[in-house]
Amino acid sequence: MAVTIDDVRHVAALARLGLSDERAAALVQEMNTILAHMDALSAVDTAGVDAVAGVGAGGLPVRSDKGPPIPLARGLDAFAPSTRDGFLLVPRLSTHDTAEDA
Amino acid sequence: MSTSSISDLRAHTHTGTVGVHDTVAGALERVKAVKAGRDGLNIFVSLDEKHLRTHADACGPLLSHAEPSSLLGVPVAIKDNIATLHHPTTCGSRILEGYRSPYEATVVRRLREAGAVPFGKTNMDEFAMGSSTEHSAYGPTRNPLAPDRVPGGSSGGSAAAVAAGIVPAALGSETGGSVRQPAAFCGIVGVKPTYGRVSRFGLVAFASSLDQVGVFGATVDDAARTMHVIAGRDPLDSTSADLPVPEYHRASERSIRGLVVGRPKEYFPESLDPRIRARCDASFEKLRENGAEIRDVSLPHTELAIPVYYIVAPAEASSNLARFDGVRYGLRVQGDGLRGMYEATRSGGFGAEVTRRIMIGTYVLSAGYYDAYYRKAQQVRTLITGDFAKVFASGVDVLFTPTTPTPAFPIGAISDPYEMYLSDIFTATANLAGVPAMSQPIGRVDGLPIGGQFIAPHFGEDTMFSFAYALERALGAEAWS
Repeated sequence: MAVTIDDVRHVAALARLGLSDERAAALVQEMNTILAHMDALSAVDTAGVDAVAGVGAGGLPVRSDKGPPIPLARGLDAFAPSTRDGFLLVPRLSTHDTAEDA
Repeated sequence: MSTSSISDLRAHTHTGTVGVHDTVAGALERVKAVKAGRDGLNIFVSLDEKHLRTHADACGPLLSHAEPSSLLGVPVAIKDNIATLHHPTTCGSRILEGYRSPYEATVVRRLREAGAVPFGKTNMDEFAMGSSTEHSAYGPTRNPLAPDRVPGGSSGGSAAAVAAGIVPAALGSETGGSVRQPAAFCGIVGVKPTYGRVSRFGLVAFASSLDQVGVFGATVDDAARTMHVIAGRDPLDSTSADLPVPEYHRASERSIRGLVVGRPKEYFPESLDPRIRARCDASFEKLRENGAEIRDVSLPHTELAIPVYYIVAPAEASSNLARFDGVRYGLRVQGDGLRGMYEATRSGGFGAEVTRRIMIGTYVLSAGYYDAYYRKAQQVRTLITGDFAKVFASGVDVLFTPTTPTPAFPIGAISDPYEMYLSDIFTATANLAGVPAMSQPIGRVDGLPIGGQFIAPHFGEDTMFSFAYALERALGAEAWS
């Protein structure tokens, strides 16, 4: 399953990573080298073996869906790149050309 | 190493022989003496001397307690992927440069409540992805014992802070060996607890099914006392176990006579450096002299741990690191519209190794490849976990292995990513299975420290510490020679 430059471009788009042509070409080589080592797994007989779900005897416990975990020691303005009236500001979407630009 | 033990510091602080201010001042002097700054060993990402001195002065009320707090007056360094309120939490990444968390990690709160002094944030491989602390946006950390060599990683800064004698203990994090491997390279003790033993609240997520906060100690006792403070149920982490936490330092009082140590053949391949094998054999002999039985065992899926780990961990990382996109915190780089901002921010903020792992992780989770890679890896992970379960069910109390296949390597010596991944070959299995493991010094090769690793069943830290204390006592000065 050799990775191609098209695969790298597709995966980078999925991962929201902008890659230069040079970096994308290098990643083709790097990913193929790394994934070749992963092919050792294909020879393992895993028929009837469950995939891991959780570690140890605890399974996958979930926290109850209520409230923020703790009060924040500092507000959004202290760490968010851009805010207004307690909201996060982002650049406009291309489908919202008439919206106010952030 | 020149720092006092936790036991001594706690006692002397309580009796007033030593003030917290004096301890902090001494640690700060040590920072200068060993050249721990950016142009030297490069141990700390942030260290606020004025804040530390003020904090030390405020520790007075704790001194009046009849029973001294567990870590009274003890400076503890914190890896920079563990959230603190005063210092930035950068994860060694440009994308979080200057970021100050709005909340504090549970482990840091517990340290403070036990009387410890959080002593600066330590350098690390970016987002804990690395085995050498060379992959930090803030430059590589150097090994205090051999400055031309790496301290290991990803918690290399914390390991170096302890090895340089600045602090007796430090917090790190483990995903595939990031505490044990640097502990081995720096000649100190490093502990990865059972998955669920310690709260992950406030630990910036890398691979959530593998991540655990771990501890470094100059000695087994320093590590045991620090682990006892940070362990236990936390309502803010649903995966933390609701089980009693033993006083791990009491394990020093228990004999290992009659207990069984497994020697797994897969961790002693023919290719293993004979000098490392000899050090392990000497340790086995010491354990035998202390009454333990040594038994040959097999963990047949061990050689698959690296392929499994380097599928599972990047897959989880690709999801966890999706949050760093310039919207909520950290770096924002303007691009063409919203999507352009995402891509410009992430490409500008992440380094090469993090980018590579996000790409691998996204690929193995993508349509058409999920079953062949991710699902297959999770199935093999079940087999690896089963290997441990069978061995421990057969009556083996702990396993003993080398921690790493080599001593610390020179800075810049390994450029091939997969060769670097092989540094974790003896450590990643414990993370995949969720079992506790620890490394401690067992001697030197070419003047460089070698680590021996104990691995125990789930929540078997207490027994593991009994063995570690016994081996440390038995080896004595041999552990550092």
